[in-house]
Formats: sequence, C-alpha cells, structure tokens
Amino acid sequence: MRDRLFIIIAGGIVGLLALILVLFGNPANMGFCIACFIRDTAGGLGLHRSVVVQYLRPEIIGLVLGAFIIALHGREFKSTAGSSPVIRFILGMLMMVGALIFLGCPLRMILRLAGGDWNALVGLPGYVLGIWLGTQFLKRGYTLGRSQEQTPVNGFAGPFFAVVFLILLVTAPAFIFFSAEGPGSMHAPLIISLGAGLLVGVLAQRTRLCTMGAIRDLILFKDYHLFLGLAAIFVVVLIGNLITGKLIPGFEGQPVAHTESLWNFLGMTVVGFAAVLAGGCPLRQLILTGEGQGDALITVVGMFCGAAFMHNFGLAASPASVSPAGQAIVIISLVLLFIIGTANIRTRTKAK
Amino acid sequence: MSELVDCRGLSCPEPVLMTRQAIQQASGSSLKVLVSNAVARDNVARAAKSMGWKVNVENDGNGYKIKLYQ
Repeated sequence: MRDRLFIIIAGGIVGLLALILVLFGNPANMGFCIACFIRDTAGGLGLHRSVVVQYLRPEIIGLVLGAFIIALHGREFKSTAGSSPVIRFILGMLMMVGALIFLGCPLRMILRLAGGDWNALVGLPGYVLGIWLGTQFLKRGYTLGRSQEQTPVNGFAGPFFAVVFLILLVTAPAFIFFSAEGPGSMHAPLIISLGAGLLVGVLAQRTRLCTMGAIRDLILFKDYHLFLGLAAIFVVVLIGNLITGKLIPGFEGQPVAHTESLWNFLGMTVVGFAAVLAGGCPLRQLILTGEGQGDALITVVGMFCGAAFMHNFGLAASPASVSPAGQAIVIISLVLLFIIGTANIRTRTKAK
Repeated sequence: MSELVDCRGLSCPEPVLMTRQAIQQASGSSLKVLVSNAVARDNVARAAKSMGWKVNVENDGNGYKIKLYQ
C-alpha cells in the first residue's frame, strides 16, 4: 500500500515538474522528452547538424546523476554489463528511430496527450501494440542473456559522461552547439532543468518508474503497480494544463507534432517493441545507467547514434511531415525487431 | 531440499516470469530464487506474494537469496 502511494506521489511530482519546465521555457508539451533531449544533446555535441535541435539538455544530465546519487545512497549501485551489448546498441537506435518519427518518447506521448494533442492518442495504441508484440517474445523465452558484475569503473562511466556534459554546458566551448532558434533554443534556465532532472532521477530510481514496464506488467501479469505512476503523471499534467489554459484539444497545429496518423501509430509501435526487447523505455535506460548498468549505457549510446542517424540522413519527422525515407526506416525497424526477437529466443535454464 | 531458480544476472521481467513458472510447476511447498539486483528482488517478492506464497529475503553479499514457501 505504501509502495503504491509512493509511486502515485512520485508520478504526480514528475508531472508537476514537467509543467514547471514548460512554464520556464521548455517547448510546449515537452517538459520532459528523453528522446528529444538526447537528440538535442547529440546535436549540441555536433553529432548531427540540424541547427534547430542542438542543446546539451541538463535534464538528461540530472536524470543520470540523480539516479546515481540515490543508488549509491541506497546501496543499489552495482557495476554490471555483458548481456548482448551489440543487440542493446541496435535496440537503442531503433527506439530513437520510432521516437523521432512520432516526435517524442513515451513520456512525452503522455504529456502530449494531457495537452490535448490527439495525435498522441493515435500513438498510444501503437505503443501498446509494440509492447504486446514484445511480450509475445518474452513468453516464448526471449532473453538477452545474463549480465556479469564488472569492475566499478564500468559503472561509473555513465555518471562520468554526465558530469563532462555538464562542464561542457556551463563552459560552452566553441565546439559545442547551441540552437539560436527552434525547439533547441527553448529551454528552462539551467538550474531549474538540472534540478528537475535530478529530482526525477531520484524518484524514478526509487520507484522503478518505466513507461514500458507500466504497460508490459499489465499485459503479462495484470500488475498495475507501475501503471499508477504513469496515470498520476497524466492526471497532474492534465489538471495543470486545464488551470493554465494550455489544454488545446485537436489534431492540427499541435506543438512539435505532425498529423500523419499511420506513422504516429507505427513510430510508437517501434518504440514499444524495442523497449520491451531492451528491458526498459528511454527514461528507464537513463536511470539504469545511473545505477551502474553498462548494458543500459550501451543502449543510451545507441540512442545518441540513432538520433544522429535520423537527422544526418534526413529521416526524422518534422512537424510538417514524415518523409518517404522516414516511412521506409520505420518498416525496416519493425522487420529488424522481429528478427532480433526471434533470434534471441532461448530455452531458459531453470535449475542448477 | 527446495527447488532452485537461478535468475542471477537477469533483469526484469525475466526473473518474475521464471519464478511464476516455477511456482506453477512446483512439486514441493518451497522454492529458492537467486537474483542479483534489488529490482528483481522486489518484483519476485511481489509476484510470489500475489500468488499466495510467503517470502523471506536474505542478502548474500553479491545478490539476494529469496526463499518462497506456502
């Protein structure tokens, strides 16, 4: 009972912080968007040259460091790695492909929904379908294998990069890019973004909040524990948008969104499917990175590369449309996910 | 001698899936589950409780030994 109350309160705080971040300058319905923020950070590092989406987002840094600090404190920090790293890298890339077609990670899908963006209402069943597909493989014995304990330096790598990014953000050397216009130029002040990231990092580590796990556990076990957190985020943001007059229902003219329903649906199917096979949504991968899991860090590196790939090759959707090449990469991604799912079905060894 | 489910190095939901399967197929009235992280520990414990089993967790330094019994 106490656990349930905690995850509801945590979800509520995440929702509240998302509202605050938008109030202080983040793009609309983008208080938090792990995919968008990793994409912006990749742009800030110059991994892609899409000039409107370049900014080392402090939220990402905060999420990793918040999870790191609280995991150390709770003695849950553990340096592990070695469970199918190549596959995890590819799954990270594929999660990014789907998210940059839909224009948002699952967390932003919830925020968009609570802002009245009906395109997210099309994305949601796509996400559920993707997760359902993933669970079919889990039921048949899909596994990426066991991870092993590693030397501590492996686990410190993720938090170390987060600190390096923070130094680069504050010192702003010439080789780091900052968008002058577009979504990348819209952000809350550093201290607020960082603080919100840290706080959500702490809460998500303690509660194990995961947008994929919430729906996966419902499908697999009829366990609604994580789902309560997701619902709390939605309700708080919805109420906040109602109060501040930011609830603008409709398909057309929604902030950083397009109206191509088929691709909104299939984009989120890719994200959901890949998230199940990778064992966590984009948010969860950042949190696990903070806990010292090298396998999650590899997935996050895959997301960075996926973002660069999508923008360098003109595949990412724009608020205007999804290009034919972008549509093709969604289909290719789905095929790859079926191959990865099938190829990793093993007979589980039960007793030793 | 209780049956052993070795979930070390696996991340959720696999430990839960394996534990549920073991519970459904259990011939005796007790099971031992090994997990290596706190998330798996909590999830396995919750799943077992929801299936009406009692749970006893031991920290063995490197991971957790979860005893399940009816």
